[in-house]
Amino acid sequence: MSILTLENVVKNYDKHRAVDDVSFSVPKGSIYGLLGPNGAGKTSLIRIITTITRADSGQVYLDGEKLNTDHPGQIGYMPEERGLYKKMKVGEQLMYLAQLKGMSKAEAKKNLREWMEKFQILDWWDKKVEELSKGMQQKIQFVATVVHRPKLLILDEPFSGLDPINANLIKDEIYQLNQEGISIIFSTHRMEQVEEICEYITLINKGKNVLNGKVADVKQQFKQHVFSIGYGGELPAELEQEDLQNSRFTIQEHREQEILVKIDDDAASNALLQFLIQKGVHIRSFHEILPTLNEIFIRQVRG
Amino acid sequence: MNKLWLIIQREFLVRVKKKSFILTTLLTPLAFGLLMIVPPLIGGMGDNGSKRIAVLDESGIVMERDAGGKVIAPISDSKSLNFKAVTGPLSTLQKGYGEMGYDGIVYIPQVPNADAPVRAQYFSDGQLSLGDKRAIEDKIEKKFESRKIKDAGFDDKILEKFSADVALTQKQISVDEDGNIVEKEKKNGAEIATAMGFVMALIIYIILIVYGMQVMRSVMEEKMNRIVEVVISSVKPFQLMLGKILGVSAVGILQLTIWIILIPLVAVGAQLVFGVDPAQSQSMSGDLSAAEQEEVTEMAFGIVNSLAEQDWSFIIPVFLVYFLGGYFIYASLFAAVGSAVGDDLGESQTLTFPIMIPVILAISFMGPVIDNPDGSLAFWLSMIPFFSPILMPARLPFDPPLWEVLLSGGILIVSALFFIWLAGRIYRVGILMYGKKVSFKEIGKWLFSKE
Repeated sequence: MSILTLENVVKNYDKHRAVDDVSFSVPKGSIYGLLGPNGAGKTSLIRIITTITRADSGQVYLDGEKLNTDHPGQIGYMPEERGLYKKMKVGEQLMYLAQLKGMSKAEAKKNLREWMEKFQILDWWDKKVEELSKGMQQKIQFVATVVHRPKLLILDEPFSGLDPINANLIKDEIYQLNQEGISIIFSTHRMEQVEEICEYITLINKGKNVLNGKVADVKQQFKQHVFSIGYGGELPAELEQEDLQNSRFTIQEHREQEILVKIDDDAASNALLQFLIQKGVHIRSFHEILPTLNEIFIRQVRG
Repeated sequence: MNKLWLIIQREFLVRVKKKSFILTTLLTPLAFGLLMIVPPLIGGMGDNGSKRIAVLDESGIVMERDAGGKVIAPISDSKSLNFKAVTGPLSTLQKGYGEMGYDGIVYIPQVPNADAPVRAQYFSDGQLSLGDKRAIEDKIEKKFESRKIKDAGFDDKILEKFSADVALTQKQISVDEDGNIVEKEKKNGAEIATAMGFVMALIIYIILIVYGMQVMRSVMEEKMNRIVEVVISSVKPFQLMLGKILGVSAVGILQLTIWIILIPLVAVGAQLVFGVDPAQSQSMSGDLSAAEQEEVTEMAFGIVNSLAEQDWSFIIPVFLVYFLGGYFIYASLFAAVGSAVGDDLGESQTLTFPIMIPVILAISFMGPVIDNPDGSLAFWLSMIPFFSPILMPARLPFDPPLWEVLLSGGILIVSALFFIWLAGRIYRVGILMYGKKVSFKEIGKWLFSKE
């Protein structure tokens, strides 16, 4: 089951095509990475999902239903550019935003108190937002995003501007919410975070969906059969010569007691290991090097 | 609907709770009170009560004396002027009037006869107020007039018999279906209607500008704050805009209502506590004879009467329609501009200018329209929704034909709805547009862009 499905979504602005035939689906309960360089069309896509704008063509389904006006209350969205009413008190503001999402007054108050207690910010209730630091405002913004218990949470660069401690706090909350069954779309161009957090990714470039799938599968798909071999003692001289005559092995990098070898064919890894053992090389480690998402990202975007 | 209500509530409460709102709402009536109390008070201070004035009359007409030199018909005193006939050479008086306890000397030179022009002079170290000067002139004139009448062989008592009292009363009539002449009972002075027209038009003008600007600033603030993206992921942009316009209009109505209640209260309070009569403080001086006092009272009574005779059950609802209609048109335009500009203040000025032009034009047309409230200029301008919110209320006290009011009001309501819709189209695109300089051409494109 997927919480969100996009089918051939297209969105034009003026003469510029911001979203070009994008399809993907977000499995229920997953953490999904929406990646892409700046200006790729991530925000346009998110605005369609959050019902801020409408697709020119194509379909969007939330939890099996065509996107409709009831859905905003089931989605939590934290835009990249954070914003709160500066002159409003924290409590009033959160109550307002929660009620706009369709919560009753009592319900909103109860949930807000729980969240604020959790973040130990309950005593900010009567403070004006402008009196708080930027990090504090981020916490308020996060509470505003999740207070109505959305089915789907869309976080656009959630860690930008957070110090490591608060970033970890939010990260733990994201895991916690995900454990409780909330599906999360995580839009970013910070690849190390995606690798750490997301199970699935979609890569958008120039409005097009260039890559889809499980992070592990994508890595397999883009691996270049590079193996790292740690060894003791001396490498046989023949290896280099062998290498020259036999194009199946290419030493990519020679480090201290370690070589990176690229093989033409994945299946040949055993043959390589066998060859080295025959030559009496003392093997300490042998493992495949998978490309980082960052590498895949750069390769896809440039290519 | 529920969400729209939430937005209206927030927009209303945020503004009403502001210190600046509470201050302006309460201070404006107080300022009114001060305007009424202070000038007479200051005037009174300068006067030190009433002025004592020595009258040196060499003509023998103003301070007529009998054979023994006793003054038999002195000019009458008034509240702020006290006259005393004196004799003696002018130069002695000029040197010593202060020590003798006078504030100044009125000198009337000898005249060959009562027909000759009178060149009276006033000597003092201070200045007479305009009202006092006029009062002294008046009193001397009266004396000369009655002397002339006497010289002509009449008793001046007889003159009163010749005086006539003429008033032109306007009666509006129409002929009903049966051919009977139906007279509208109305003694409405044209002056009062003019004043009322001006006041109502000005109120609407001020509200359009002040609250329209508030809507614009608030839209700009939300856009710059980026809160707008959070809010419109919960509600439609149109709802947010409409809620803001409605919320701000409620603030305007509240403020207006408070003023309408407080200003008369402050006026009455000032009268009770300081003994200042607002009608009197408006006239240049407190120096009025009993007869003049009566005239003022009569006039004030006339104003009250004529105000009471206005058809308020008609004027108030119609005023409200124009107030709201005009506000909706201009507030939506201001909202659209606010959404388009973002944080560039210079740009917002360029874009607000075209909105201000019709407002300013309407104000400048107000004079000609009130001068000729049934003319064709008045008619056609009342049909243009940019002008009618200001010009139709100005015409209301002159009883414009009902069909004109209905037509102009209808056009206004339809246009207001149209402009709200139009602004909504611009707004929904504008608030999501950052870092792009907007032109009118660009805004025109937004109108037709898809959601």
